[in-house]
This record gives sequence, structure tokens and C-alpha cells, in this order.
Amino acid sequence: MRFSERWLRTLINPPLTTEALCDCLTTAGLEVEETSLAAPPFSGVVVARIIDVSPHPNADRLQVCIVDTGVATPLQIVCGAPNAAAGLVVPCALEGAELPSGMKVKRTKMRGVESQGMLCSARELGISDDHSGLLALPSDWKTGESIRAALGLDDTYITLKLTPNRADCLSLLGVAREIAAFTRAEIEMDEVSPIVATSDLTPSITIEAPEACPRFASRIIDGIDPSASTPLWMEERLRSAGVRPISPLVDVTNYVMLELGQPMHAYDCARLEGGIVIRFAQQGEKLLLLNEQTLDLSSDLLLVCDEKKPLGLAGIMGGEYSGIGAETSRVLLEAAYWSPDVIQGRMRRLGFVSDAGYRFERGVDFELPPIAIERATELILEICGGVVGPLVDVKGKLPERPPVRVRTARVSRLLGWTFCVDDIDQIFTRLGFAFQRDGEDLIVTPPSYRFDLVYEEDFIEEIVRLYGYDNIPMPEKTHAQHMLSLPEAQLPAEEIRARLTHQGWQEIITFSFVASETERLIHGADFVAPVRVHNPIAAQYDVMRVSLLSGLLEVLKTNLSRKEPYLRLFEIGRVFHAAIADHVSQPYRVGGLAYGLAQPEQWGTQARAVDFFDVKGTLETLVAPRKLTTETFHDGHTPYFLHPRRSARVLAEGRDLGWLGELHPRLIKEMDLPAVAIAFELDYDLLLASSIPQASPISRQPMARRDLAIVVDKNLPAQKLLDTLEKIRPPHVENVQIFDVYQGTGMPEGKKSVAILMLMRDTEKTLTERDIDETVKQFFIALEKEHSAVIRT
Amino acid sequence: MNDNLSSLVGEAQRLFAVAADAATLENAKARYLGKNGLITERLKTLGKMTLEERATAGARINDAKQTIETALEARRAELAEAKMQAQLDADAIDVSLPGRQRGMGSVHPITYTRQRIETLMRTQGFAVADGPEIEDDFHNFAALNMPENHPARSMHDTFYIDNGLVLRTHTSPVQVRWMENHPPPIKIIAPGRTFRVDSDATHSPMFHQVEGLWIDRDVSFADLKQVLVEFLRLFFERDDIRVRFRPSFFPFTEPSAEIDMAFGEERWLEIAGAGQVHPNVLRAVRLDPEQWQGFAFGMGIERLAMLRYGVPDLRLFYENDLRFLRQFT
Repeated sequence: MRFSERWLRTLINPPLTTEALCDCLTTAGLEVEETSLAAPPFSGVVVARIIDVSPHPNADRLQVCIVDTGVATPLQIVCGAPNAAAGLVVPCALEGAELPSGMKVKRTKMRGVESQGMLCSARELGISDDHSGLLALPSDWKTGESIRAALGLDDTYITLKLTPNRADCLSLLGVAREIAAFTRAEIEMDEVSPIVATSDLTPSITIEAPEACPRFASRIIDGIDPSASTPLWMEERLRSAGVRPISPLVDVTNYVMLELGQPMHAYDCARLEGGIVIRFAQQGEKLLLLNEQTLDLSSDLLLVCDEKKPLGLAGIMGGEYSGIGAETSRVLLEAAYWSPDVIQGRMRRLGFVSDAGYRFERGVDFELPPIAIERATELILEICGGVVGPLVDVKGKLPERPPVRVRTARVSRLLGWTFCVDDIDQIFTRLGFAFQRDGEDLIVTPPSYRFDLVYEEDFIEEIVRLYGYDNIPMPEKTHAQHMLSLPEAQLPAEEIRARLTHQGWQEIITFSFVASETERLIHGADFVAPVRVHNPIAAQYDVMRVSLLSGLLEVLKTNLSRKEPYLRLFEIGRVFHAAIADHVSQPYRVGGLAYGLAQPEQWGTQARAVDFFDVKGTLETLVAPRKLTTETFHDGHTPYFLHPRRSARVLAEGRDLGWLGELHPRLIKEMDLPAVAIAFELDYDLLLASSIPQASPISRQPMARRDLAIVVDKNLPAQKLLDTLEKIRPPHVENVQIFDVYQGTGMPEGKKSVAILMLMRDTEKTLTERDIDETVKQFFIALEKEHSAVIRT
Repeated sequence: MNDNLSSLVGEAQRLFAVAADAATLENAKARYLGKNGLITERLKTLGKMTLEERATAGARINDAKQTIETALEARRAELAEAKMQAQLDADAIDVSLPGRQRGMGSVHPITYTRQRIETLMRTQGFAVADGPEIEDDFHNFAALNMPENHPARSMHDTFYIDNGLVLRTHTSPVQVRWMENHPPPIKIIAPGRTFRVDSDATHSPMFHQVEGLWIDRDVSFADLKQVLVEFLRLFFERDDIRVRFRPSFFPFTEPSAEIDMAFGEERWLEIAGAGQVHPNVLRAVRLDPEQWQGFAFGMGIERLAMLRYGVPDLRLFYENDLRFLRQFT
């Protein structure tokens, strides 16, 4: 909410500078978001009257004005404004004046005619963008007076960022109440006294939905002068609040809303057919709103109607028949209390927000309607005259304000600082709350304008708010400290990241929502039933990611365009799969993408492209001490985006962790990548599973190594050989591993040679040559039997 | 004969000194100490001498022999040292060349910041909790005292998913989930991704928050101040940090506070929202507000990272330009 500081100070004027006043508001919880000057700085401009206008002898578009600036000798000023005319009262910049543009006004000659000053438009004074002519001022203004004082331009506009609980501060009165509580200054506002009826015109009000409309105050004013205009001071105040002045009746209702907080409506009686009826809409009814939006009404929308037709959405916005016209002379005023329930959520659904609806959905003081009617009446009579009918105040069941017990001990316990009952008594008194004391407790009744005081805690906030958040000292008491658990059968949360970054991998973080188009490109027909975002921020974020790959690919491409030769990217985050019913499975994954060189380009190392085994090596270190294995996908089960002959499932100790592989050449091409990329994605939680190390004895016996070179079928996965050996491995064989694979020249067609090394050591005795040879023999027999292996010769 | 012996010693010393390698030196040694060497020959003459003569001559010859042997050892050591030195010189490498490596990656600056927050909060006994990113209405709103149509919901521009599910708009639902499953005392933080329909220089549709929750018998507003002020001091490691608490509104806390901080005389910056957990939130997870109380807070991780590391634009975090990310190695 924005308002003029000068306006506020007519209601309450504490001895504070603008800055201190703003600090006070912010400290009170009414955050000052912005302050701005009502007009930019300028000087030397006064109120002046044009006495005489004559054509410029040398220029068609210029006129020579004789201007009274409040001194004995009138000035001669050359002026090009189209509205310059004798009798017009306008701003005049005197010689030496400085304008907002930085221009200094000098005595000068214009086309041979002396000009002793400058008459100004609103734009030249920085008040508005209007530059169509001179700013016309009221004709009774005294010449010579400073224009800044006359227009009240030495003012600051204060913008508050109000939280939804403080709807009571959506008015000058509300803000003044807060300032009164905090500064102990007094509100200087005349009681609005009831206006004696001077006519019998009485509105007929029928409330068919009493729970939705617990109060409806109304009055008819007749004989209004339709030609009256809104006084400048009121226009200025409305403008300060960002409200455009329209016509006296509309301006008065808006003014009362800003001043007191009661949204109002004025109906032209000439357009009403019968009395006012408050009812819910019927299905199928239509309403054309003042914002030119036509609504298909639903039965949860409350209407203000006459006996024939809907006039407007209650508490939100008027319709086409609710407006005030240029001829309006008899008006019906409305000031109602609408239950927040019948307003809340409606505007969001309809797609707009109105000042009235914004207030009503948060809660407007239900004691205010008759006061607002009286205040509006007073202002209308002042501006437009007229005769006044009796005030009709239809009241149903108003909201209750049950008293709340506030316990001093509870206040101290929640805040961690000892309060005494007198402190609280004083604070409640400053806030103007009605309360009684009951020993150490206070029984307090929330005022009708506060909708946020329901629980004891709400009052505790009031207490600490007034006491000052910054005045609560740090606690003296300390709480018992407990150690945090440290489950060891699981890797520490950051271990996976550490292992990856230490091997050259860079973590990225990408959005959890991605483009369905990209996902479809990656996953092909496997991309089914994604989790859709109904209101994406942009089309390229319309589904939740099903894997981390699309984010990785996008970042890869961004960085490739910057000529990065070595890329190792990973991300840890959730992926999303629509499962049954309303459940979405959202497991954590770690995904990676390797592209370019196997190592950063450097001296002494042969540069080569990264391949499957580089990345597999990284994954092996990720699962250590567990052993990682890979298995090819069963036929037809390779993910769409992977090279079917260069990809695999990744397992650790038999458990499926995810996949690893070169991207499918089709995807590489569609993604426009110049070379292959290796990707992986593993389940993060399974990756963290580990075990607590258990020490086993270290043998003091010497170690023996034997190598076994065999020839097997070319397509036999090497792991099968190791699996065979593992099955029969006696305890004294510590390790079996493949140290060379060869195929090509010298090998029979369709065969490859695999060299296996075996490390043997017994815990108890030194192995004899015979023990060793026997073991190698058993190993070979097994390989021969299961895989038709022959010794390489 | 005396002169003869000493000139022999002198001669041997000179010869050893000029021997350029081990072979020459050993040849020179043989000339004096070999089987038929000059000193050996002298020693052989002792047998023909009288006892008296033998005593004096023997001593002199042995002296000479010892001097020659000492000279020999010294020269041997010199030559070995020279050989070693030559070997070392031949081994020389250019140590100025860079080390061989596969590169050093780094965690993302948001992770980096989160880890720092977690480390600091753990020292105060806060465990780290986590929760789903797609949330139901109950956990994201209703249980947090934001019933349907509550105006406070308009503070959260929400992304909607099927079946009334939403992308969580804050990390506060983790509070609810944790309280549903753990009896108090509770002391957790919950960092994670959050989502709101907002995108400009200072807003990202996805961002990170860290939630804090401490529930016990009498955890107070004063404790909240202590924890947050201490955290900010330690996180930023600056003595000139100023912290200000002012009233605000969150449906799930009462009293609620907005926390501003400033370095020295610089302007105030909003850094956190916090407050005492609202009794309705405690009731929603079946805790008795007369028995249990405590505070919750929420901070933007991007905000903390931007202030701490001088990151000028929020969008840098999600562009994932390696030139930016590598600065956090």
C-alpha cells in the first residue's frame, strides 16, 4: 500500500523525521518497501495568473503573455502552450528558477521578444507525464505562493509491504493506529458524527445470504450536483495512493476506503430496478464486469443485485449496471461486511485482484460500515451537495471476538525472557485492546479490526512486537546437548561427491523440470506417463525429469560451445516417475556424462578419447569396497538412448544400481554432438550402502604369483571367466585378475587370448610348488570345462 | 732411507690424487701396497734386520703404509662421490613442468554452501533431514496452517502437478514430515530444492532453502535469536555483521520474524524468515503446544552464497558454465 506522508501526518504527527517514521513502521512489522519523493526537487516556481495574451509578432506558434506573479510589476513571458489564455492560473518559473530537468530559467529573448520567465506544464515540474499544455491550477489560488507549498509537493510517498495478516493496516487510519501504539502520539481525527436525514428516501435491502453478508449499511443521497468536481487535495491524496481520480462520487468512495479501510460502492439509483438483493449467483447467470470481463457465474459467487439483475460481484467488483454516470444525481451508497470465506480464492480463480476484494478476503472491520457511510456522506455533501436519506444498517450475525487468556508465565516461557504482568498490561493499553486482569493472567478481547488475534500466541507476538524484537536478549539458559548419530554402515552423505570430484568430475545443478520434447528425443517410446507441470514457467520446463540425462546433455552442449576439450559432469538429484494413483516416486540418482579426452591434455601423456572403461573405472571407485560388475542388457532391454553393444547394467554385489554406456549414435547425431559421450546413472541411496570394516589377520607367508594365458571364444565376456574361478577359488588364492586381453594377428579367427594372474598365499604355511601348480591346474580345468579354454602357446 | 720412505709417501699421495677413475687408482695402489708393491717390499726387508733396527724401521714403514692407505680411502670416497654426482646430474628432470593429472572437479557452489551450512549447524546439534520435492497439499500448506483459500497462499506462486500435488514451495513440509515420524525433542535442518512460479534476475523458478526446526520443552524466541545470530556470524566470518529481527508473518509461526543483516554501515538485506512454531502446526502433528514449543526458520541458500562469494546474478548458479563452477574448486 502506498500513501502520502503528509496525508498520514494529518491523522497523526509524531515528532519523527521521515526516516525515523519509516524505521518505526518497519520495526512494527509494517515493512517500508520504498519511499519516493512526490515531486523531484526544483525551485523558484510560483502560482501566477495570466492577465493578458497577445500573438507573438515573429512566430505563429508563440504567444506573449503578461503574467501576475504576486509582485507589483507583471512579467512578460513568451509561451508556446496551446491553452495559454487570459485568466488561467498556472505555475510560473521565475528568473533563476531551477527545474527538475536541470534547466536554469533566465531572462532571454525569444524571436526578438523579451521573456522574463517560463510558464510550466505538469511534466516540466516532474509531477506527471502531461505535457499537453500548461498545468491549470484552481482559479482562486493566490499568486506568488510557492508552487511546492500550494500543490503539497514537499511530500514523500511511502510504500508498505504488508503481510496478509495485517489487513487492518490497509488504510491510513490503520497505519495511524500502529504509529500511535509505537510512538504514543495521538490520532487527530474528528469523530464522524451521524448526519441528520433531510429526506425520506430509504433503500430497500434484502439479504438472502445472511452468513455471507452479516452487515450491509446503506443510504440514498439525492439532488447531487453532477457538474461538481473533486477538490485538488483529494485528487492529490488519491494519486499518492496510486488511485486515479475519476468523478466526485467514485473518488469519495475510494477516499473513504483509503482513509478508513472500508471498501464502498456507489450505485446510480436511476439504473436500479427495485431494491438491493444480496444472493448467491445461479448457475448459468452472466455478468459483465467494470473491467469488461464477462463472467459465467458459479453458485459460490456472491452477488449484489437489484430485483431484476445482478449489479456486481459482492466485495470484489461492480458490473456494467453498477457504475456512476455523468448525469447521476441520486446515489445509493453501500458499505458492507462480507465474510472473508465468500471472497477468498475467488479472485485467484477469476484471474484478477481488486482493491476491495484484496481487503475483504483478509478481513475488514465489521464495525466500520455505518461509520464509512457517514464519512462518505459528509464528503459528498461538501463537494456535490444534496439531501440525505436515513442510514440503513442491516446487521446479522457478526464475527465473534472471543476473549483470549494470556498467561504471563507462558509469555516468558515462549519468548525466553521474563515479563511481568504490568509490562503486558501497558502494551495492551498502548494497543487499545480491551482486557481484564486475572491475577497473573490477562483476558483480552481482540478489536473488531483485527482478524489475526485468535490464539494466546498471537497476543504474545503483539507483546514482543511492542516490546521490540531487538530488545529480547540472548538466552542465559542453555539446553542439554545431544550428540548426533553417525551410522557407519552407510557412506557419509558427501562421500560420493568427494570421490567424483577428486577424479575430475564437476558437479552441476539443473532444473528438476525439463522439456518433454528433449525427454522424448532421449527416451523414445519409453517416455510414457511423465509427471506434467500444469503451469510451467516456460514450455521447455513442462515435465519433471525422468532421468538426469537431459540436464547433463544441455550443460554439455552449453560448455562445448565454449570449446571445453575435457568434460566430466555429474549431478545428484531426484528424478520423477508417475506411479500408481496419486503417488509419484522420486528417487535420488547420481548421473554423469563424460565427453572429449580421457584426461586433460597434458605433456607426457598420449591424448585419447574417453571410453566406456574410463567411466567404468570411476564407478568402480564409487562403489568400493564393494565390487562392481557390469552385465549387458538382455536383448531388447537396452535403454533407447544407449549404444546396444557398448552399454551395460551396473551391479554391486549382485544388486542392480543403474546403467552405464556410450550414447546411441542416433542420439549423438540428434543432439548434434561432434563425438561420442559416455553416460551413467545410478541409484544414489543404494550407492551409499556400505559396511563396517572388519579386520582379518594378515598372513606372514610369502606370496606366489602365477600367470595363465588362455585362448577362448572372442564373444565370451571376461567376467564369465572370473565368475568360474571365483566359484572354485580356494582360500589361499588371494586375488585373481585379468591383466591382458589380445585379439588379432596370430589369433585364430573368432578367438581371443586372455591373460589371468593369480596371487596365492596361505595364512598358515608356505605354499609348496606342488600346491601352487595344483591350484593353477584346477583353475585351468574349470576354464576348459566351462568355456572350452585352451592354453595359449 | 728415511728420505726415501717419505718421498715414497709423497709420491703415492700425488699419484692417488691424479687418478681420474677407480681403475687408475687401484693400479696406483698396487704399486705401493700390492704383493710386490714398494711398501710391501720394504716390509719384507724387516726380517733381515736386528731386533733393535726392526723396531724403529718397522714403526716407520707402518706409519708410511697407514698414511698411504688413508690417502687411498680418501681418494676412493672422492671418486665414488663424483660418480654419484655424475649419475644424479644425468637423472636431472625439469621440475617446472606441471604434474600429471586427470583434473580436479568441484561440487556446485550451492552444494558447497549447503555443506558449510550443514557443518556449522551440526556443531549445534542439528541433524540433517530431507523430504520429497513433489508434495501433497497437506504437507506443503494445510498442515502449515494454510488452509485452502488462505490469502497467505498467494505469497506462494505454486507449480501444480496432477492429483492436487504441487512442487514444494518451501522446505517447511519437511518439518511436518519429520514431526509426524519422530517424537520430540527435535533438532533438524532440511536443505533442499524449492519451486515457485517466478523468474527474473533475483528469482529462479527453482531455488534452494534451508529449513531449521528445534522443538523441545522450552526452546524460546531468545534461543532462535541466539542460533541465527551465531550462525550468521560464523557463516560470514565477519565481526562487523549486524543482525535485525522485525515482526513479520508466516502462517506456520507465531510470533514470526523477518531477519535482516548488514555488513557495517551497508544497507539491510533480508536473510531469513523465522518464528516460534504455530500451535496449529504442532496440533496438526499431534503435539501438545502446552508441552512442546520451539522455533523454525528458513533461509535462501542462493542468497547466502551470493553474499558470501560475491556472486552478482542468481542465474549464474543454473547456467552451469564451467568457468563459473570451477571457481569453487
